[in-house]
Amino acid sequence: MLTLTDLIGLLPLVIVAATAILVMLGIAWQRHHNGTAALTVGGLVLALMSLPLASNAAASPPLMTLDGIALMGSVLVLASALAIAAMSPHYLASYTGPQEEFYLLLLCAVTGALGLVASSHMAMLFISLELLSMPLYGMVAYRFRTERSLEAGIKYLVLSAAATAFLLFGMALLYARTGQLEFGAFTAGLTSAFTSGLSGGPDPWILGGAVLIVVGLGFKLSIMPFHLWTPDVYQGGIAPATLVLATISKLAVFLVLLRLMMAVPAVESEWLRNLVSLLAFISMLGGNLLALFQLNLKRLLGYSSIAHLGYLLIAIAVEGPLSVETSGVYLFTYVVATLGAFGVIMHVSCSPHGEDAAELHHYRGLFWRSPWLAAVMTLSLLSLAGIPLTAGFIGKFYIIALGVADSRWWLVGGVVAGSAIGLFYYLRVMVTLYLPEPGSQPRDSLEGKQKRVGELTLMVIAVLILLLGIYPVPMIDWLAALARAA
Amino acid sequence: MILLWLILIPFFGSLLCWQAERWNQQAPRWIALGTMLLVLVTSLVLWVGGDFSPPGVSESPWLLEWRVPWIPRFGIEIHLAMDGLSLILVALAGLLGALAVLCSWNEIVQRVGFFHLNLLFIMSGVVGVFLALDLFLFFLFWEAMLVPMYFLIALWGHSGSPGQTRIRAATRFFIYTQASGLLMLVAILALVFVNYSNTGVMTFSYNALLDADVPDGLAFWLMLGFFIAFAVKLPVVPLHGWLPDAHAQAPTAGSVDLAGILLKTAAYGILRFAIPLFPEQSQAFAPVAMTLGLVGIFYGAILACGQQDIKRLIAYTSISHMGFVLIALYSGSELAMQGAIVIMVAHAFSSAGLFILSGQLYERVKTRDMRQMGGLWGRIPTLPGFTMFFVAASLGMPATANFIGEFMVLFGTFPSAPVVVVIASGGLVLAAIYSLLLMQRVHFGRETSQGQLAGPDAREYAMMLLLLGLTLAVGLNPQPLLDTTSSMVQPVAALFSDSAGLAVQAEEVD
Repeated sequence: MLTLTDLIGLLPLVIVAATAILVMLGIAWQRHHNGTAALTVGGLVLALMSLPLASNAAASPPLMTLDGIALMGSVLVLASALAIAAMSPHYLASYTGPQEEFYLLLLCAVTGALGLVASSHMAMLFISLELLSMPLYGMVAYRFRTERSLEAGIKYLVLSAAATAFLLFGMALLYARTGQLEFGAFTAGLTSAFTSGLSGGPDPWILGGAVLIVVGLGFKLSIMPFHLWTPDVYQGGIAPATLVLATISKLAVFLVLLRLMMAVPAVESEWLRNLVSLLAFISMLGGNLLALFQLNLKRLLGYSSIAHLGYLLIAIAVEGPLSVETSGVYLFTYVVATLGAFGVIMHVSCSPHGEDAAELHHYRGLFWRSPWLAAVMTLSLLSLAGIPLTAGFIGKFYIIALGVADSRWWLVGGVVAGSAIGLFYYLRVMVTLYLPEPGSQPRDSLEGKQKRVGELTLMVIAVLILLLGIYPVPMIDWLAALARAA
Repeated sequence: MILLWLILIPFFGSLLCWQAERWNQQAPRWIALGTMLLVLVTSLVLWVGGDFSPPGVSESPWLLEWRVPWIPRFGIEIHLAMDGLSLILVALAGLLGALAVLCSWNEIVQRVGFFHLNLLFIMSGVVGVFLALDLFLFFLFWEAMLVPMYFLIALWGHSGSPGQTRIRAATRFFIYTQASGLLMLVAILALVFVNYSNTGVMTFSYNALLDADVPDGLAFWLMLGFFIAFAVKLPVVPLHGWLPDAHAQAPTAGSVDLAGILLKTAAYGILRFAIPLFPEQSQAFAPVAMTLGLVGIFYGAILACGQQDIKRLIAYTSISHMGFVLIALYSGSELAMQGAIVIMVAHAFSSAGLFILSGQLYERVKTRDMRQMGGLWGRIPTLPGFTMFFVAASLGMPATANFIGEFMVLFGTFPSAPVVVVIASGGLVLAAIYSLLLMQRVHFGRETSQGQLAGPDAREYAMMLLLLGLTLAVGLNPQPLLDTTSSMVQPVAALFSDSAGLAVQAEEVD
């Protein structure tokens, strides 16, 4: 049963859900774009502020664990949602269709993500994952009158449903073998299944179930070879929706995968970890290679995110005290850089007609039109490329350190090779920003308060990228403390 | 604290330059010049006041030292220290930085502020590389200078042929150095973790890692990780692919920085990190390194003879000169290592001089293709004379600094590797050939067009005279330079002979 302490522990989730309901009622009562956005931002800020209170509550609600990973995930989810909500009004202002529903969908997705990072039971995992994914279909297809957006939405819907089926089947197999749905109980169940196993080798049913779950979650993470939807959905979806997909959705799913892997007992884990290592290796090389010659920035970032998730998987593949901390640091730096890059795309794309300005030629000479936007984009790309003095380098440093500490030389080699390949396309985009000749007419952007809020958010993100790169100590200390609590 | 300021002055100067463009087109130039001169003067003051005699047993080997914790989680510190070698190189960076600003005075007319931002940022990174004693910090500076260099080549470079060749050259430069840098990061991390599992202390400190006890097999790979990173930058021949293009497409200031200072960071890295951290493995690796050096000497010289583009020619001669440096660094002789440092300084002067001259030629004849030059001796006053001097310096004419360096390298290496020295001496002949070819094709021969061209103005005159004077000064009186660096080189050379002794002993025991 839920106690009062549990409710306090779940306060962020409750606040976000309540805000979603409020926003829905507000839209039904009277449409007001700025008001809705302000309400959303307010709710998210409130949820963020309630986090210290919630984390001190020592709550243990059913189906969930409110530990360090959950707190880490909640902060990241809420912070990225806040940034998205702050940057969206400027983007949506030019959209001629209904604007307010976007915030409703965003809040629903955030609720799902908050549940997902804390879930320690298969049922909770499934419900939260669906709560996270359903609004995303709508968000990706938000500009449903354009062909690409609709196509992207449907593609994501269909493939996502298939992945869900895999996930459910995997759960069923695990349940059939162990009789448990609680993550923690898996350990015991799996160990006993292992010891009573027929020949002492891995149990084929458990093996199958675990692989199916990895496939299901790997789809959401767009890990190779389950990445096929990524470029199209990234390109077709409206920029803020893609951003939700790239940050909130991925980081929440990643954290739940991390939690699942931690529950797998050591005796069973070797082959599973090898499988994850293999996926990591394929993703980081494949993602970077496919990104090489993309001309569409959103598509390019889609492939690059495949590579980044590949790097991240190393944190799952390698067992050890450092792995949770590494996941946290890398997710943190990845999310900040992705927010920066997509934030600039959203800012540049703000225009009443047609699709997002995501072709590379839209960005030609951006530095000479709006130097600050180009500077933020440069910083984000440098950070994604893992160049020192930006946040991304700290993340890459952690990943390589983890690989080296565990002597996984071929994974480390993959990271080095992947980074070298990745540089090529990051640099290509970066130099485009500074080329003198404007390739296409600059789009006139809407002026106003919404623009200034968006710009302010971008500045904060840029400063954060630099600050985390130059003085990462507070972030590292905080995440290390959380990792110890996990 | 003064060490930190040596890094921060160019850094803040760079930001100031960027913003100064708002008030005045010329302001960034003056600010950048002032900043670099400040770095130069600071290091000269330190030089005059410094005591470079070999330290006693209990004394610190560093002239100045400054450390504060940075990321305690991994034992990373901001640890800066300066000895004779770093001091010389920092002063060199200040000098060449100032020259780079001066030589682009008329060449760069677009985006002046952003240009100087990049230029000073490179200098900040380079000074950091020469001062950092924490391996993490060293790596950070090592990589930090790449991005501005990339922009320098990609945005202000020349496109030799149609298409985006300057961007391609810049990208190639970046990927080569960044990828090899990551290998070094892996090696650094492996070293740190080995040390951690031995001692239980996580630290990136140079002094602590010097004593790290790395298993033999692994140590060789780690040494290779460091060596490859430095070899790409030096450059050593199979890894030199980025250099000719980067030089040919870079603006003059970029070439001056690249040849004058950035290449030296690699030699510095070998001398400071690769050899002292892994003395036995370096000893074992020395024959390979020397062979690579020999290949570099001949490869660079032979290819230089066939170039049409004057900057490419000079770029290939750099490869050849750095071959001598590589041989010297792995010879294990103090004399040769000292000679390598003299070559580094001399090459900085002479290659900077030649690059600046080719920039000035370009401003006058609007081409870098030597087939379209010829007979310029009669058409331009004074400049050909200067070219003659720097060409002579580059081929190692006595009385120039280059002669002292090459002589010391060959003399010092002879006892340990006579065959290498005999072959390397052949490279000197090739040096004479490509140098004279350059003179012949640019300044003598048939004139391709008529008309008198402008002579050097006061700024150009001053730059040339300064470099000429310095080359002669070091050539005629190298002792002050040698005194400054000897206390740094001695222990490294001793390390080499110690480990050789140990290896022999080990064999005897077996």
